[in-house]
Amino acid sequence: MCHQTVSLVARHLESRGIPTVVIGSARDIVEECGVPRFLFVDFPLGNPCGKPWDRAMQDAIASAALDLLVSAWAPRTTVQRPEIWNPSDDLGWRDNFMRVDAHNRAALAREGEARRRAQAAAKAGQSAG
Amino acid sequence: MLQRRTHPSFVRYIDKSREYYAAQGYDKPYAWAHYADVPFCGLSKPLAGSRIGLVTTADRAPREQGRDARLYAEPVEREERLYTEMFWDRDATHTDDPESFLPRASMARQRDAGRVGSLSPRFYGLPTDYSQRRTLEHDAPRIEAWMREDGVEAAVLVAL
Repeated sequence: MCHQTVSLVARHLESRGIPTVVIGSARDIVEECGVPRFLFVDFPLGNPCGKPWDRAMQDAIASAALDLLVSAWAPRTTVQRPEIWNPSDDLGWRDNFMRVDAHNRAALAREGEARRRAQAAAKAGQSAG
Repeated sequence: MLQRRTHPSFVRYIDKSREYYAAQGYDKPYAWAHYADVPFCGLSKPLAGSRIGLVTTADRAPREQGRDARLYAEPVEREERLYTEMFWDRDATHTDDPESFLPRASMARQRDAGRVGSLSPRFYGLPTDYSQRRTLEHDAPRIEAWMREDGVEAAVLVAL
């Protein structure tokens, strides 16, 4: 959702004459929205500017974002950074995130039901108050 | 090195979130923003003479303080904690290092190295919102107005 929000604002700024670059890790959301320049860092959501405390990586990514501001010559320019989150297992975090499978399907259904009940109760409380 | 895969390597968040919320019993999937046309403009002068502004979806206040507190312009030197209560991958990583999602020090080093002219004295906080209308009609013009007050000539926007 953060990726959609920044993409919409990047589009607004660009249309008003302020060039933009988006740094992010949710490629599909940014590209579906459509932005002028996108630096794609293929990491778990949360650290698009580089791994925590890795100043060399963070500087390289900041520098690449600036490069893209200068070098892009057409909208929808995506550049993917070469960094790999976990070279020994780069599939695990991808599979785990928002996973739905036979093991958690019933638990997810219960969670959704509980949340809807809580929201309905909060709403009823508001209208009563 | 050549690798072969049956699916795209990048995570398809639109598909994942639709399937996840469907499993939770939400029957109406979220409709994501999609445009066929994309605006584009170039820098009006060299980067080394341009002022850069940073935009983040991190918050300066806990979420219970409400939406208005999350649309903000703050001094770029501000060192108080930023709040990252929104949607990110808590199993795989953490957000204890603000530079991993808001490159203030990295961009200051770029400035010191002469790559950019200056940094805006403020950075800009943007509330993540399910409502595309609120972002477009309320927040985007506010961020633009702050950038114009601060003389921003190019923007770097970072999504958590």
